[in-house]
Amino acid sequence: MIAAMSTLGSRTERLPIGIAGVSQGQIDREVPASEPPPLAPNADLAVVGKPVPRVGGRAMVTGAARYTVDVRLPGMLIARVLRSPHPHARILSVDASAAERYPGVRAVHVVTALETRAAVRGVTGTPVTFPPALYVGASLAAVAAMTQSIADEAVRLLEVKYEVLPFVVDMDEARRPEAPSVFEGASQQAGAGRAASGSPQVGNVRGPSTTSFYGGPRGNVEQGFREADVIVEAEFRTQVQTHCCLEPHAVVADWRADGLTLYISTQDTAGVRKDVAAAFGLPREKVRVITEFMGGGFGSKLGVGDYVFFAVELSRKAGAPVSLIFDREEEQLTSGNRPGTWQRLRIGARRDGALTAVSLLSYGTAGIAAGAGVGNIAQAMYDCPNFEMAQYDVFMNAGPGCAMRAPGNVQGAFALEQSVDELAERLGVDPIALRDRIDPSAARREERRIGAARFGWSQRRLPVADAGPVKRGVGMAQSFWPGIVQTSASCEVRLQRDGLVEIRSSVQDIGTGIRTVLAQVVAEELGLRPEDVSVRIGDTDFPLGPSSGGSKTTGSITPAARKAAYRVRQALFLAVAPELGAHPEELVVGQGRIFLRANPANGIGFRQAAGRLNKDFISAVAERGDNYGGFRVTSPMSLAREDLGGVQFAEVSVDTETGIVRVARVVAVHDCGRPMNPLQIESQIQGGVLMGVSFALYEDRILDRQTGRMLNADLERYKLVGPREMPSIDVLLIENYQAISATDACGVAEPATIATAAAVANAVYNAVGVRMRNLPMTPASVLEVLGRVPRQELSVP
Amino acid sequence: MERSIKHSNDWGEEGVSRRSFLGGASAAAVGSAMCENAPFVGYAAAAESSNAPIIGPDAVPATLRINGVVQSLVVPLQMTLAEVLRGPLGLTGTKIACNRGACSACTVWLDGAPVASCMILAIDVGDRSITTIEGLADGERLHPMQAAFIEHDAMQCGFCTAGLVMSCAALVKGNPDPSPEDVKTAISGHLCRCGTYQNVIAATMAAAKVRKG
Repeated sequence: MIAAMSTLGSRTERLPIGIAGVSQGQIDREVPASEPPPLAPNADLAVVGKPVPRVGGRAMVTGAARYTVDVRLPGMLIARVLRSPHPHARILSVDASAAERYPGVRAVHVVTALETRAAVRGVTGTPVTFPPALYVGASLAAVAAMTQSIADEAVRLLEVKYEVLPFVVDMDEARRPEAPSVFEGASQQAGAGRAASGSPQVGNVRGPSTTSFYGGPRGNVEQGFREADVIVEAEFRTQVQTHCCLEPHAVVADWRADGLTLYISTQDTAGVRKDVAAAFGLPREKVRVITEFMGGGFGSKLGVGDYVFFAVELSRKAGAPVSLIFDREEEQLTSGNRPGTWQRLRIGARRDGALTAVSLLSYGTAGIAAGAGVGNIAQAMYDCPNFEMAQYDVFMNAGPGCAMRAPGNVQGAFALEQSVDELAERLGVDPIALRDRIDPSAARREERRIGAARFGWSQRRLPVADAGPVKRGVGMAQSFWPGIVQTSASCEVRLQRDGLVEIRSSVQDIGTGIRTVLAQVVAEELGLRPEDVSVRIGDTDFPLGPSSGGSKTTGSITPAARKAAYRVRQALFLAVAPELGAHPEELVVGQGRIFLRANPANGIGFRQAAGRLNKDFISAVAERGDNYGGFRVTSPMSLAREDLGGVQFAEVSVDTETGIVRVARVVAVHDCGRPMNPLQIESQIQGGVLMGVSFALYEDRILDRQTGRMLNADLERYKLVGPREMPSIDVLLIENYQAISATDACGVAEPATIATAAAVANAVYNAVGVRMRNLPMTPASVLEVLGRVPRQELSVP
Repeated sequence: MERSIKHSNDWGEEGVSRRSFLGGASAAAVGSAMCENAPFVGYAAAAESSNAPIIGPDAVPATLRINGVVQSLVVPLQMTLAEVLRGPLGLTGTKIACNRGACSACTVWLDGAPVASCMILAIDVGDRSITTIEGLADGERLHPMQAAFIEHDAMQCGFCTAGLVMSCAALVKGNPDPSPEDVKTAISGHLCRCGTYQNVIAATMAAAKVRKG
């Protein structure tokens, strides 16, 4: 192990900053003395910033990639969870005797304490043996058996006596004072992470939350509206969207006397280790968490769901490994969702476009969980001196919401970006011109410019320009996301004497391609090709990497990897310098060689150089650390100095006779600091756009108000965008250097999906001249807004 | 020449000692004449098999031709092809994501035609040859469709990828010059939550060119 170089002291470095080809310059920053020298702009690099094919791609296309659902261990049992058929019930008794006697059953676990993904705070009321079932699909017990069919049968043999209670599965209903209470005590709250604790609760309504990590209210909103020449105000609704990861939530727990091993489909191996160790009173080093390949998470595989505890407990009881894999119905009912929202947004502006006030009121429901806000986009994307918001959580008897790709901001952008579009029309200016006036971001400005050119924005027509029944229209919208960083993210780089380079970290590749990017970073630093570097990640036996949520993986782990690789390189230079008759600082790497900067002919092959090491391997572990120049906002999630986002343009056609909306094409222009691998970034942006189109037009979790059950808990009636509905997607990237770290990289997953639904809605307005303020834009709702069919009033039982 | 592998019964379902067989050998005869219309193969087999001996309820011996290898094993009647591939045969490259024919992640070939393996019982396969993602490459040499998927980054998390590769490779076998619309039709039953469709289409067009070229 190479001793960490002194972190004391600092030096001044000159780093690239600004947008490549537009405003790129250099800036002097104080950086810790242990940091590597600045990384040159992408144009001057060999591997980073290049479209390197996905590491692991071969395993994926040959079927060799092993996901959690593919893990097979000797003697492995299969588990099944008993789930509540009732939306709200007290559990009076659970008789497991018949299930326990059933041949092939090896362990039964009955839930006697709340084992939810987040801490339950302030429980009041009388103690009960069994926690109440609060939604259809709530877990009550779990069984481990020799086969899936035995486990399924054993679950049916569990005899549960329920006292069925009144329930509510509609947010508007749940807000009424006379609505059935979801929780017995007013203060009982299950939090999904982002809601402020300690908020007041009345009935099922908790809040308001008036602050975010961007701060609280500012200025004087009343005064601001008085100063406004134009005020737009409207109400918006967004539906509940489910994650629909193709790989279901899955875990294999292997409890042994000498420690617990978990194979799990997770976005956070390190977090799983921490939480499971705490729950079972194990030292962390006795818990090993492994995620080899991972079939999608989108936020739903952050945190530890109760099923993980069930698998561990069953493995402990049975003395055998236990595999627990959700079926598709469990995925839809209980694995998380994007909360549904109602919001009223009011924006005032002067005639010149300057915003004078923004006021936001929202109610959202994450079912039995909290955190159903509409984000910070209305608060932070545009300049406005006067701002206030009140965001409320509404509890109802439905599965818990959780983080889903840009939580809050997708819903928030749907309202904000339609309102800004409307404001532009009222002011008689182009929506792009208005944003040029109110958006402080230089990156967004450039994105609007090049996106408009590529899209052909200047051809935009007035609303309702087509005479026939099928009307075409165009629209644009923006996304905004804080650059989040996990400063503790750590990575090891090893060099063996035989020349093998290995990257080790617990960071997991959830499909975003961090394996590839890590190989690129280390290859660049060592003058190798990405395929020369072996990437071993997704294992908590290695240094702890970041969780993959908040688009923070790339920005958090790549600086650590580069630092570690740099230290290994320095050690290697020391080892070969005498032989080359040079000082270490005269050496450079490139094309698989180490050579003198002044005399490239004088050098040594990399593998040969590794052979000069006087030990089996050298290794360096590095931690990401703070941003150069500090953070804009200091919080547990350190926030980058610069913002992160993009601009999307959509062209739609609306059939005014059938109500069918089609998205023909999307131009998506994005920034993510230094783009590390344009091939993978484009893929991810395409995915974000498609998820946004799917949210805008198709997806909708439908709960039956009579029974509280989800009517489309599958993948055929829960409609996802498919190849037939896909628009053509044109992705443009800008290089937006920010001089914040050893790689200056940021993520892109979330910005890629924030603007889409709003851009589609603005295009629909441009096509038909009426605004779609409720999602999804189904044919029925389009016809209703067009006045072609009478408005549907749902009868409330 | 086909290799032949016999599987003992020490896996999965028959761990519960259901080892008596009734009239088992009929499974192959039942399956062989059936239609290619994937989701309905099982039902069609049942409808046309009124003359066949009654089998079950216990597991029955079956012989499956998978990736050029003849595999003999004992199969519980209710087990789908996807479950048999992933369970006793250890061919986990075939994925189950919805388990009801809605997402096509489990696509394999029966006699060269793509089918959803979660929608056909293993005992109804009969003597049709099964090709899974593990059997697509020629040893270490990737099938052109696999190579094109890598080149065009037609995967993100990769969970739906095997099924997509199988459908796209089947398409270019029968249609050496597909249009983007042809590819969309071929993959219209597939769901990819990461949103790789555009790259899948690009990869398929490119692979078709390679095959022609």
